[in-house]
Amino acid sequence: MANESMGLLGRKLGMTQLFEDDGTVVPVTVVEAGPCTVLQVKSDEGKDGYNALLLGFGSQKKQRVNKAATGQLKAAGRQDTPPSNRGEIRVDAARVSASSVGDTLTAADVFSAGDYVDVVGTSKGRGFAGVMKRYNFAGFIRSHGTHEFFRHGGSIGTRLTPGHVLKGKKMPGHMGAARTTVQNLKLVKVDAERNLLFLRGGVPGPNGGNVTVRKAIKKG
Amino acid sequence: MNLLQTIEAEIISAREREAVDMRPGDTVRVHVKIVEGDKSRIQVFEGTVIRIKRGGPRTTFTVRKISGGVGVERVFPAGSPNISRIEVTARHKVRRAKLHFLRGRRGKAARLKPIREFNRRAEGKKKRSRRRGRKRNKATAES
Repeated sequence: MANESMGLLGRKLGMTQLFEDDGTVVPVTVVEAGPCTVLQVKSDEGKDGYNALLLGFGSQKKQRVNKAATGQLKAAGRQDTPPSNRGEIRVDAARVSASSVGDTLTAADVFSAGDYVDVVGTSKGRGFAGVMKRYNFAGFIRSHGTHEFFRHGGSIGTRLTPGHVLKGKKMPGHMGAARTTVQNLKLVKVDAERNLLFLRGGVPGPNGGNVTVRKAIKKG
Repeated sequence: MNLLQTIEAEIISAREREAVDMRPGDTVRVHVKIVEGDKSRIQVFEGTVIRIKRGGPRTTFTVRKISGGVGVERVFPAGSPNISRIEVTARHKVRRAKLHFLRGRRGKAARLKPIREFNRRAEGKKKRSRRRGRKRNKATAES
């Protein structure tokens, strides 16, 4: 039986360390997840055709939100305190029928210590990156007369056969600033009071970046 | 202070063991808990602090000693629950924060100049009587 499909929106605060009782150091990322407001409930049976919750997290100035979004926020009572981050979480049918617009979800409502979670975020942008950084190519030998070729990718193909560069050939280009998911992070600790999740390991994106934390789809 | 700094401050204040005033160049006795099967005992690692890498609860320090003619260094997380006690037995005058230069030295060349005042105070705490008079002490310091 898989985990219930459920998650929250949050904000990456940064990394620190905790100790286990036997002295093992645990590297943890602290994520502030919740309180999230349910802005919309999408149901399999309705016109949406799938089960999901639209959640809102954080805060931003009222005048930054357009009218369409304000109208939606009104139903949840958040039109005066609009959330800065809105996103959908796919959930199970049971969760849909138990949820209504305006509900507030906290970290402790959804997660408990020992759970495994997946975290979705936007990775840090690396700009136009070469193949060594982007694809972990080995580069070229440093000595024996190598000239201006140290970080190049080498040959990109053969000769008349096939006569063109293969599709998908790894070459330099834009790296990072893309949606990235890390799976199966262990939830070490939950601070219910402040909605903090302590996740073992790293999470994509800069400190302060928006993340989605959901129950691991491959565990449970 | 941002939220993460608050969290780190809480991690430090939640520790059972008080932080010890320890500096590079100190001679320390680190009492380490060692678990063998279901028994645990305390082992003392004594040496010179050659490096403190500070970072709130992520602070580590490196202790170097010569064991059987071989230099041994051990890195301890400062807040490790496996450390039951840290004693500073002597303090030395050093001019830099990382004493990596000690690695290339052995024997007499690896000595550090003690800070007598600190060491005397440390001895006083241990309730040992001072053997020497003040005047004599000054003379030895100069020699």
